[in-house]
Amino acid sequence: MMMQMVLQRIAIGFATLIVVSVIVFLMTSVLPGDVAQIILGQSATPETLAALRKELGMDQPGYMRYFSWLGNMFTGDLGISKAGGATIESLIGGRLSNTMVMAGLVALISIPISIALGLWAAMHPGTWLDRFVTFGTLSTISVPEFFIATILVLILAVELHWLPSTAYLTGEENFFELLGALAMPLITLVIVVSAQMIRMTRAGILNVMSSPYIEMAILKGVPKRRIILRHAFFNAIGPIVNVIALNLAYLVSGVVIVETIFSYPGLAKLMIDGVQTRDLPLVQACAMIFCGTYVLLILLADIASILSNPRLRNPK
Amino acid sequence: MNENKSTKEEAVLAELDAFAELPDAPPKRRIKLSWVGKLSVAVVAFWLVMCVIGPSIAPFHEMDMDGDDGFMDAHSNEYGTFHLGTDYLGRDTLSRIIFGARNTIGISLASTILAYLMGITLGILAAVKGGWIDMGISRINDAILALPTIMLGLIAIAWLGSSIPVLIGTASIIYASSVFRIARALGQDIMVQDFVEAAKARGEGVWWIIRSEVLPNAAMPLATDFGLRLVFVVLFISSLSFLGLGVQPPASDWGSMVRENLQGLTYGSYAAIWPAFAIATFTIAINLIVDDVSAKSGGSLAKKMV
Repeated sequence: MMMQMVLQRIAIGFATLIVVSVIVFLMTSVLPGDVAQIILGQSATPETLAALRKELGMDQPGYMRYFSWLGNMFTGDLGISKAGGATIESLIGGRLSNTMVMAGLVALISIPISIALGLWAAMHPGTWLDRFVTFGTLSTISVPEFFIATILVLILAVELHWLPSTAYLTGEENFFELLGALAMPLITLVIVVSAQMIRMTRAGILNVMSSPYIEMAILKGVPKRRIILRHAFFNAIGPIVNVIALNLAYLVSGVVIVETIFSYPGLAKLMIDGVQTRDLPLVQACAMIFCGTYVLLILLADIASILSNPRLRNPK
Repeated sequence: MNENKSTKEEAVLAELDAFAELPDAPPKRRIKLSWVGKLSVAVVAFWLVMCVIGPSIAPFHEMDMDGDDGFMDAHSNEYGTFHLGTDYLGRDTLSRIIFGARNTIGISLASTILAYLMGITLGILAAVKGGWIDMGISRINDAILALPTIMLGLIAIAWLGSSIPVLIGTASIIYASSVFRIARALGQDIMVQDFVEAAKARGEGVWWIIRSEVLPNAAMPLATDFGLRLVFVVLFISSLSFLGLGVQPPASDWGSMVRENLQGLTYGSYAAIWPAFAIATFTIAINLIVDDVSAKSGGSLAKKMV
């Protein structure tokens, strides 16, 4: 029963990825101007264009091109950038690892903070501390990421001079310089991602709190702390793990803004530059990486909530 | 037809009045807001009024470069007073925020309304008709929902370029998918209720059922959702503008104003803070209203006791 559900989710995730690739391919290949023209540039003559198109397989029907594009994607051949004609793999290489480092650090910092704060707020509902956390997180998720980043720059960089206002890397920093450069984008993303996670953790616990067995425990006279840590928390783990995976997926949009505002040389900044110059092969590749990661994280969230549901784990 | 309807409504109202006098009558559906909620309503109303009359009361035009210099603090010159200082080109920040309300809120509101029209029509259709119509729309919808919104926005703009129609079209299609999901779920819930069965048995047509049974019952949950959706759309549009891919200069828009004036922060200019603050007041206020409205419904033993 449970295995079946997990396998079904994996199949759906895979199907979604295929649909995503079709959308990305369609949207970016219906435009005039193709790779052959890009490579030859101004010196293109109809004969050389036709020859190169044939060589690249551009004369084939659309679905054949789609399959070869998909095949190349899997083997790491992402195509050629419109700007300068460099291969996209060479452009993406270091950028991807920069973005991964950032996302990894954000996850590492924000997950423990969020669970602790969410639990703490749920343990004291209605107190002014809970109200403060609720209002603070609601405000954070209501404002754009760049608002938080701007305020942080104003306070930490302009007024206090504690941190640099950009995160531009030269590749020659030592560990502490790297940490200093990364600090501002990290703090921004941790705040953005944690707010959502705290809210959902708190809501998850309070939701469990209204179930009959908790009412039973209350009526039995079990102390509040024990109810939350012993009864509610373990039943809320499923939803909380789900929340964590979902919010790491939301990081995708946070990263786009934060890399731009701090000029951090990551994948999202590369993609924005690609959109601005309408460098479609580059946008195609970056979009596939981001969307693929997103679909994968959502899939993980689904599987986590299936695995942590005791009713599914121990079928009757 | 109309007369018939009004007598029918009167009959229903009379029935409700009789019902209200019973001791265990259901509570009347009246939204009572806390003072935070009322304040939030005032803030939202203020910005909506600004969208309409803003351009005629703003001290300067959004594109006039009348300030003494870029990134100035509040000052006056022969053209007038710059209450919030000037932006990077010496334009009045206050006037640009007032003009920007029309772009930011106007585009977002148009997108949200369009998203609702599409989402509700398709959602209710899928719920009522079921079968392959439901299957088809739901699968396409799942694919849109499975992608990060900002990525869809970026791909669409890379594809079509950035203009206001493209922005509205992209945002409304993206957010129609979540409206669709909610409308479909609500519709399916309502379609299996006894009063719908009764209507079907009476021989009412599909349109009558949708108009008289499904829509009135789905209205309240959809209305609270409208607020949340509007916030998401405002954030989406201003994020794109902030990235330089949304509303194009020299038109003013809160997101692009933050981008343009970001450099000023290092010179101690607040020109980037004010528009960001304007977005925050609008979106936080809407969220607080939604919170207030939904907190009034529901409540459990555990919430009261713990």
